[in-house]
Amino acid sequence: MLSRVADACFWLSRYMERAEANARILDVNIQLLLDFEDQGEGTVQQHWLPILATLEDQERFNEIHEGISGDAVMAFVTFEKKNPHSILSSVTFARENARMVREQISSEMWEQLNRLYLHLNSSAARSAFIDSPIDFYRSLVDSLHSFQGITDATMTHGEGWQFLQVGKFLERADSTSRVLDIKYHILLPFGEQVGGNVDITQWMAVLRSCSAMEAFLKISRGQVTSWGVAEFLILHDSFPRSLRFCVDSLDLALHQISGCGRAHFSNEAERLCGMLRSNLDYTNIETVFSTGLHQFLDQTQLRLIEICDALVKTYCRWLDEE
Amino acid sequence: MQGIFQQYDTGPFFDEMFGSDGQVRPHYVQLLQKFEELDSGEFDRKRVLAEKSYLNQGITFTVYSGDEGTERIMPFDLIPRIIPGDEWACIERGLTQRLLALNLFLRDIYHEQKILTDGIIPAELIRSARHFRPELVGVDIPHDIYIHICGTDLIRGADGRYLVLEDNGRCPSGVSYLLENRQAMKRVFPQLFNRYAVRPVGRYPQELLASLRHVAPHGNPDPTVVVLSPGIYNSAYFEHSFLARAMGIEIVVGHDLVIENSRVFMKTTKGLKKVDVIYRRIDDDFLDPKVFRKDSVLGVPGIVGAYRAGNVTLANALGTGVADDKAVYYYVPAMIKYYLGEEPVLPNVETYLSAVEDDRKFILAHLPELVVKAANESGGYGMMIGPHASKAEIAKFRDAINADPRGYIAQPVVQLSRSPCFVDGRVEGRHIDLRPYILSGEKTTIIPGGLTRVAMRKGSLVVNSSQGGGSKDTWVLDEREGAC
Repeated sequence: MLSRVADACFWLSRYMERAEANARILDVNIQLLLDFEDQGEGTVQQHWLPILATLEDQERFNEIHEGISGDAVMAFVTFEKKNPHSILSSVTFARENARMVREQISSEMWEQLNRLYLHLNSSAARSAFIDSPIDFYRSLVDSLHSFQGITDATMTHGEGWQFLQVGKFLERADSTSRVLDIKYHILLPFGEQVGGNVDITQWMAVLRSCSAMEAFLKISRGQVTSWGVAEFLILHDSFPRSLRFCVDSLDLALHQISGCGRAHFSNEAERLCGMLRSNLDYTNIETVFSTGLHQFLDQTQLRLIEICDALVKTYCRWLDEE
Repeated sequence: MQGIFQQYDTGPFFDEMFGSDGQVRPHYVQLLQKFEELDSGEFDRKRVLAEKSYLNQGITFTVYSGDEGTERIMPFDLIPRIIPGDEWACIERGLTQRLLALNLFLRDIYHEQKILTDGIIPAELIRSARHFRPELVGVDIPHDIYIHICGTDLIRGADGRYLVLEDNGRCPSGVSYLLENRQAMKRVFPQLFNRYAVRPVGRYPQELLASLRHVAPHGNPDPTVVVLSPGIYNSAYFEHSFLARAMGIEIVVGHDLVIENSRVFMKTTKGLKKVDVIYRRIDDDFLDPKVFRKDSVLGVPGIVGAYRAGNVTLANALGTGVADDKAVYYYVPAMIKYYLGEEPVLPNVETYLSAVEDDRKFILAHLPELVVKAANESGGYGMMIGPHASKAEIAKFRDAINADPRGYIAQPVVQLSRSPCFVDGRVEGRHIDLRPYILSGEKTTIIPGGLTRVAMRKGSLVVNSSQGGGSKDTWVLDEREGAC
């Protein structure tokens, strides 16, 4: 497979996953806000600020908007072309990459992605958004899920597909770690207690942002605790958005590409990924909390960046050093 | 006539669908019956349906205004152009003959140049052709095929006779539209295909791949074939990726390729992989900054060296542009006689070459009636249509011809045939041409029909998509072929 094609598959998939994560975070945040009786300006700010912090977009937001409001944040994360991480930008970049590899991906994949792009740029999308943001984000997530389904059902699961997996799981691991970190940025309102009503509601929102609510409740016997949620989203071995699951899938895809056995490594990306994977396999939630959840997530994000750099160097830009 | 054809007027032109007496031509009877059942609202809904499928598939070109690019589709007209089987057999024979002669000509001028020493074509005319590459004289290429893919533009004059307007032996584009137009028609009017036996066009990509594999260097039976594109910002990128996908081969851009030991390799995730045949959609000028334009960032430095060494085949070959030269076009009928000893089946449009003294006198005396074309331009550029030109424009071309007689040809204005087209809720006549695609491989293959291009603006004779042209599906009927 051409190095440029591998690169485009990887990014195409990352951008699609990013668009999905953003849509879901916004959806959950709107619903979360509706759970609170106090809709005063302070509360509103408190709800939307962490979104920007999580997405590391606060500076860019301040350049465009004067004050924080729900509408401004939603518009910024959804339609803002000047925000390279907005949903619209992500889908646009995904499409650019898909255009580069149109002969590699299936026509069905391309058309699904292209329809989504055309829809997001249409006035119909804006009015749907105004009518009901929640429905808008749901249907967006549906379209993105369709893309995943079409990809798995219509494309040969060969090298190109493996690079799509690599992009998807790397981005998903990153986004799960960020969503968990939202909790770090949200301050509990004055007088609220850890483990109290508001605290629990917030943890439930974190779960819902990862589509993990139902899966979590099945094993938690109705108990929502910070430890329980963090353990589930970091260490569960078969929930498809847990950090451990994502890193394991990433590791598998990397080894499928190189053909190297999973107990070994044949390049730097596999070595770094294998270390992170075994780390997640052999740690427990007590260790994570004793390091500090925020510190742990921060480190994990840095390690994901290192893996990304290493794999791009190994497969995509190996000749550019000269 | 009823429905959308009510008030249809053929005007003083050759109309593809109706005779001069207003009677529908026999091969259009069924079509007319079907279309008369539709009202303009229904027809418009079908049109929107077709356009939507082009948009969803991304069959678009980008129009830039300010810093925002908008993607537009090429206008598609739903009324197909129908060519009877015997008419097509004749065209096919003429095109095969023509491409055979052009390939023999290119072989000749890049080797012995007999046609020049025998005085059929003035040597000076070839030497001064902008796209002639003297540095390639003596280079052998597989099977002596220079033009592997040819797009020869045909028009019909007032008497309906097919004439050759020009040959495109460099990188003819548009074949993807032809294939997609057929898909769109099948989607929108499936019933019509039950009424007609339309010859299928879908095999083109496989035929193209077979032609490309045939010319692999050193007779390699299992060559690696790729499409070389300038990249996603090129207006024909859709076509490049479409063809790569339909052939099941890789599409590459310049920086995917490297040259080592006069061989071409592509950079893959598993290291370098040798490339044998390149279907290149980049003009000669931009292909190799070491040899041609130094400022090209699209090309591959050193690729011409690999080509000269015989380690890679380029399709089309380097230097074919000389056959597109409009002054050389003037001599194609003579070429056919010289190389094949045959009379041309398809005549040229009556042409005057300003390099020939008598012709020049005629041209200068009749400028307001003639179409003048710069010999080295294509795509509708560098052209003056006498009857529509201002005095100043005519004076400008007069000076230009006197200054550079080699640089121009002139032709009488041919009123291209018209075909009914659906415009603003009703059917009106629009001028059309036909670009068939001819493949030269183990044998010569021509996709039945070709791309019918439509000058969508009322009265316009310019069909080029860069200047607002559209297209329509072209049907060759599968019937017993009469004598040609």
